[in-house]
Amino acid sequence: MTPQSNFMVLAPIDPQRETELRQLLDSMNPGPGRVDPNDSLVPFAEFDALHFARFIILDDKTTKDVRVYGLTPRSYPLYLAFLGDVDGDVNAFLRKLIKRAGKGLGKIFSCCQGFARDTDLLTWMKQHDAPAIAAYVNTRGRTVRQIREEAALYDALDSYIEQNTADLQGLPPRELHRRLLSFVNTEKSTGRLALSDERPTPIGWQIRNLLHMVGLPLLVVLVSPLLVLVAPFYIIALRRLEKTDPEVCPVADQKHSEDLSRIEDHDVTNQFSAMGSLKPGLVRLLTTTFVLKTVNYGARHITRPGRLGRIRSIHFARWVFVAGRERMIFCSNYDGSVESYMDDFINKTGFGLNASFSNGIGYPRTNWLVRDGCIDERNYKEYLRRHTLVTQVWYKAYPGFTAVDLERNTRIRRGLEKKSMTDEQVRDWLALL
Amino acid sequence: MSEMDYADIQGLVRFGYGHMTSASYVLVKIKDPAAAKTWLRAAPVTSAVALKPPPKAALNIAFTAPGLRELGVPNSIIDGFSHEFRGGMAQESRARQLGDVKNNDPSTWLWGGYKQEPHAVVMFFAEPDEFDSFVQSTKGNFWGDAFEELKTLGTSNLDGDEPFGFADGISQPQLDWDQQRQTPCTQLEYTNVVALGEFLLGYRNEYGKITDRPLLEPDASSAGLLAAEDAPDKKDLARNGTYLIMRQLEQDVREFWKFLYEQASDNLAAASQLGAKMVGRTQAGNPLVPIDGQPIPGTDLGSANQNQFTYESDPVGASCPFGAHIRRTNPRNSDFPEQRVGLLRKLIIMFGFGPKGFYDDLTSSVRFHRILRRGREYGSELPPEQALEPAPEKEPPRGLNFICLNANISRQFEFLQNAWIASTKFSGLTCESDPLLGNRESIPGCPVTSNFTMPGEGTLPHRISGLRQFVTVKGGAYFFLPSLRALRYFAETGTATINSS
Repeated sequence: MTPQSNFMVLAPIDPQRETELRQLLDSMNPGPGRVDPNDSLVPFAEFDALHFARFIILDDKTTKDVRVYGLTPRSYPLYLAFLGDVDGDVNAFLRKLIKRAGKGLGKIFSCCQGFARDTDLLTWMKQHDAPAIAAYVNTRGRTVRQIREEAALYDALDSYIEQNTADLQGLPPRELHRRLLSFVNTEKSTGRLALSDERPTPIGWQIRNLLHMVGLPLLVVLVSPLLVLVAPFYIIALRRLEKTDPEVCPVADQKHSEDLSRIEDHDVTNQFSAMGSLKPGLVRLLTTTFVLKTVNYGARHITRPGRLGRIRSIHFARWVFVAGRERMIFCSNYDGSVESYMDDFINKTGFGLNASFSNGIGYPRTNWLVRDGCIDERNYKEYLRRHTLVTQVWYKAYPGFTAVDLERNTRIRRGLEKKSMTDEQVRDWLALL
Repeated sequence: MSEMDYADIQGLVRFGYGHMTSASYVLVKIKDPAAAKTWLRAAPVTSAVALKPPPKAALNIAFTAPGLRELGVPNSIIDGFSHEFRGGMAQESRARQLGDVKNNDPSTWLWGGYKQEPHAVVMFFAEPDEFDSFVQSTKGNFWGDAFEELKTLGTSNLDGDEPFGFADGISQPQLDWDQQRQTPCTQLEYTNVVALGEFLLGYRNEYGKITDRPLLEPDASSAGLLAAEDAPDKKDLARNGTYLIMRQLEQDVREFWKFLYEQASDNLAAASQLGAKMVGRTQAGNPLVPIDGQPIPGTDLGSANQNQFTYESDPVGASCPFGAHIRRTNPRNSDFPEQRVGLLRKLIIMFGFGPKGFYDDLTSSVRFHRILRRGREYGSELPPEQALEPAPEKEPPRGLNFICLNANISRQFEFLQNAWIASTKFSGLTCESDPLLGNRESIPGCPVTSNFTMPGEGTLPHRISGLRQFVTVKGGAYFFLPSLRALRYFAETGTATINSS
């Protein structure tokens, strides 16, 4: 199994060169919301381990919201973020990336502070690494290569069935399965189809994963006496905050909303980046950290492939602290329109949404961390829209495919590789075609 | 909870005016705001009060955002309406979401869009022999000074069928007029009763919340408006009003039947059966799945028998395909993939360990995405056997002047149109959009969107391809259908603040 990993390079932009940077990033898009996959600055399509990537200027217009707590807004530098989700080891990917696109990346990063002509790109990128506090991968181990091979498998089966409808009609389920399997085997033997075997899981990753799996619960058990002691005070403090924290959910600016819409819905998948400031104080910081560590643990060790709770439309997602512990960004790649994405979250995973986002300033009022909150649908949607950033460049390796499409194709492949299947499994398999 | 003030609500919210078989929708631009206001003050707008005997004619009026601006409603108030209403249906991004591209592109529309954006729609309904005189007397003396008529959309009475020849308008949500519905956190069973706030602004919706809308400071001009339920010190301009969505959908009846006939090897009965699979009902309106023995809340009115069903008995879509028009537009599901679940099972499902099948739990809960349909057909009837004959020269078009009402355009109409009708990825399907309404345009990475899949049981799904575009959008706009109090407010106030913008 080839595990997925991610990177995010985060660097303050040289204010003198912001316009130039914006123009440079815009030049990668032939139209709003659509990148040229073979762009000369970064030819994304040439990297066969790359699932998703984006460049985004973290132009958070909500930093003044801290005023509701009587705090003076800080003037943060404007950051550029470059992030991606890849198969296998990040360092190996970055080296390849630099080898092929070093010049273009250098041009882009030279608009950031502290990047000089003679700067070593890899060292600089690693120095500006912003690790995710929580990350979600739809299906761990499913590589871009596998996705492409399985898509070709689906297409091949689809046209074979179309061309042989008369022959196949009326065959009993098992016979159908056998016929389709033998077709695929022929295609494989002639080299027209490839279904590569999984690569062995890297030992280092296995060890780290095991340590993480055992380590975190162990830590919780170890400090549990302390937790029990602190819990009552924590709960009282949290409840007090929940009752008094101000909501800041004004209607999102119409122009901002339209700027976001302009880059959405060009593919069946969309990018999403939302940024905001955390509520002040230790209680909220600890809550965020604990909740996101839990989310991360759950996403890594517990969730079923293809599902984040009941949600099946997210390819990759992550939460990252932005330079310090005051601000945070959430980035995801999801299927469908932003409206259906938000509805899905509210109706299916409202509790998780509340727990992870309610520590942001202005979030609709929650109760006991998981209740209410986003159920205040209109306020929640305006809140999120207002916090959403305009993404400058966004790349997806497999346009036209939803996460559910990928799951279907994987299930079809599994059904061909299984040694034995029950009658019900054969029927379910046929229904996928 | 206060008694419903039906006299303040425009009649169209409560009634389809079925017995008034003549109707036309006049799309107007405001020529002279002062004259328009004079006309509005005298206009006999029909309310939702039930009269016995029912009236022989009815008048309802709705405005676009530019229309309100033209009447002199200040931007500060208009900004209180939703993003969608303010932005309009024809915005490029929105058109892309709604599938209004290529043949459906707003630049090709007969009305709406940027060239011919109406300020208001004046809807006349009457019994046939009353119609002309009603329209004439209602327009009266000020009409010509007040309005420029952009277009009059005529309608025709096809006895409950839409132009393709299928019974239409059978399923409607039942509004909870008495506001008895306790909106639950999780609705475990499908219900056809929907919270009033989904269809009227100023009331609680399915989330138990009141949708955003313009709230006014109390002053002399807003004195005639009602107080907001959730902000009693403010005046609620939108209470008892709602959004009205109008789309002119032209139907190529000949192409539709020709396609079915070809697919069915020139057998008309088989063509009709295939059509039924695509619609999800037979031409007579009977669903393709059995009627439930148990009554479903809210289906006890009207066509009870044809509406008392869910797809629980057809989880694989063998009877009614997932992609059938009525299964897409109303999947008749609840908030949860399983009914009758205990707390533990609920938690298991919530955390993603529920049903494991590929097609399980893929469709959003329908109670947040209902619309109230009020459209009418236009053009003449064309039975299938005649549809197969060559068209005479200059044949008048046929179609549906689609109208729906909802309180939240983005969550109701737009969601339905985008995620359920235009989407090529509905419910685990791929390469196909709504078999009736789809635009068949390719999308990046997905060159074919013109399939239609009919799943079988223990067989390969039966898939037909090459569906043509049977329906073309010819116009459309978002309107606000105000309460009678708000209409008076628009007609009486702001005369001094008319601006030229």
